[in-house]
Amino acid sequence: MSEDGLTSGVDRVGDAAASAIAPAPTTGAAPGATISTGPRLRRRGAAAPTAPEEPAMCFDRATLAYGDRVVWSELSLTVRPGEFLAVLGPNGSGKTSLLRALLGLAPLAGGQLDVLGHPPRRGDPAIGYVPQHAGFDRDVPLRGRDLVGLGVDGHRWGFGRLSRDGRRRVEAALEAVAAGPYADAPIGRLSGGEQQRLRIAQALVGEPALLLCDEPLASLDMRYQQEITELIGDWARQKRGTVVFVTHDVNPVLGYADRVVFVVNGRWAAGSTDEVLTTETMSGLYDAPVEVLRVRGRIVVVGEGSGAGFDIDEPHHFPEPAGTHP
Amino acid sequence: MIDQLVHLLGYEFAQKALVAGFLVAVVAGLVSRFVVARNMSFAVHALAEVGFTGSAGFILIGLSPVLGLLSGSMLTALLIGALGVRIRERDSVVGVIMAFGLGLGVLFITLYPRYASEAFAILLTGSITAVSRGDLLLLAVVAAVTILGLGAMYRPLTFATVDPVVAEARGVPVRLVSILFLLILAAAVAEAVQVVGVLMILTLLITPGATAERLTVQPGLATVVSVAVALVATVGGILLALVITVPVSFFVTTIAFGCYLAARFAWPLLATSRAPQMDA
Repeated sequence: MSEDGLTSGVDRVGDAAASAIAPAPTTGAAPGATISTGPRLRRRGAAAPTAPEEPAMCFDRATLAYGDRVVWSELSLTVRPGEFLAVLGPNGSGKTSLLRALLGLAPLAGGQLDVLGHPPRRGDPAIGYVPQHAGFDRDVPLRGRDLVGLGVDGHRWGFGRLSRDGRRRVEAALEAVAAGPYADAPIGRLSGGEQQRLRIAQALVGEPALLLCDEPLASLDMRYQQEITELIGDWARQKRGTVVFVTHDVNPVLGYADRVVFVVNGRWAAGSTDEVLTTETMSGLYDAPVEVLRVRGRIVVVGEGSGAGFDIDEPHHFPEPAGTHP
Repeated sequence: MIDQLVHLLGYEFAQKALVAGFLVAVVAGLVSRFVVARNMSFAVHALAEVGFTGSAGFILIGLSPVLGLLSGSMLTALLIGALGVRIRERDSVVGVIMAFGLGLGVLFITLYPRYASEAFAILLTGSITAVSRGDLLLLAVVAAVTILGLGAMYRPLTFATVDPVVAEARGVPVRLVSILFLLILAAAVAEAVQVVGVLMILTLLITPGATAERLTVQPGLATVVSVAVALVATVGGILLALVITVPVSFFVTTIAFGCYLAARFAWPLLATSRAPQMDA
């Protein structure tokens, strides 16, 4: 997508989004999906929580841009502590940028963002981070135990062994993800699922309040996808931790996500899966006819025609054809 | 032969060579671990070759070649750090800088054709048995600074090396760490050139780390092994060169290569025959 297409698209879409929201589905008592495209649709109160506690994060008309390229704009979203937020959207729609903004690595071009009660800061110890599974080199001299240990003190200057307390925490984190049996093996020889378990242990060893996951399921097979999602979901429930889970496929997290935010072409919609993943809302977001189907408990988004802003042929893009997973 | 060695060790030049070799080996062994893990062989080569140019330049204007070596490689490190931030472009940036640096070197050699050719030859193949007291002092200072610097950034450097994405997310200043390491590497290269010369620099900055990776999966132990290999190769090479009149660098490269082969082929056999379990 070109820069020009994006910016002009944002303005143009205001109407499309409004018309999409017009026949707004009111499923349950929850407010309808909030689609925002610009200042003319100010519905940011809609998603705000009524709970008195401090929100885990609060985007207030936040805009992120790299140079002239607006990634997303006027994003207003409040996430309560303990909430599991799935961030959906096609590649290049700014899902990872959203995490980078939360991590303090990508400053906003406009608006405001508070994370755990303060503006984002780099290296916030209260934030855990699980990256996409990239795979370690086969021969890298590193054990799972070492990877988790880096989560304890890897960011601190200096050298030396982990403290006794640090080793105890590593042990506990390994146990929590059931990675004990392979914690001393070379990490490059482990399967993708095992490596991701260790990643989760690494992120949780700092006992974070907020866990940011960037496509943690990518290039994992179905079984591992379930295991990894379960680990993260269970952690969130037990510790009342907040999760922001970036994924191109909503299906693995359907049982866990309290809310989803779908980002595409600089526009976004937030709400429950039932509110956001509807034919109307999605067509409004894409500014093109899009059909949302529910097939055997799975959600499939199908684009009709071309120019919808996503490419259905690429397996890693959202939405995925139903046949991708057995 | 042993008698001869003991006799020679009584001489100051031999003692100085051994002390210098020891310092260089410790630094090279430590740095080598990260050179291998960060895939920086090409950068090492460039640092050494442009260091050679710096040395040639300093000889030309009548200054210490060792200082010239250090200046050349440091400047190169800064240039690589400034121009080649992203991994994908790093190699091409290194190549571009190295090519220009060597061009300058050729100019310097042509401008000063008298006795300099010998000094240049020494730079290319190493000259540990010719270190002066002043050289040794400089060597010791640079080694101390390098080791302290590496110690101060050991953890974040390890994090940024094996797991850069998460390291950045956890607040490690990945870019700064990477530039600091380049500077430390430049200092280590300038040191090692004095033992094995520009041409054989990789034997001290790649082989020890590569050997260690074959022997253990524990990062800390791998660093210790790397230093040990560098020490055995350097000190062993110097001792052998004292009794057999063949250049030191030949022995150093041969011992280092032997260590690598042993780690690569003999160790797996040994390890599997003992126990398949990894040490804790």
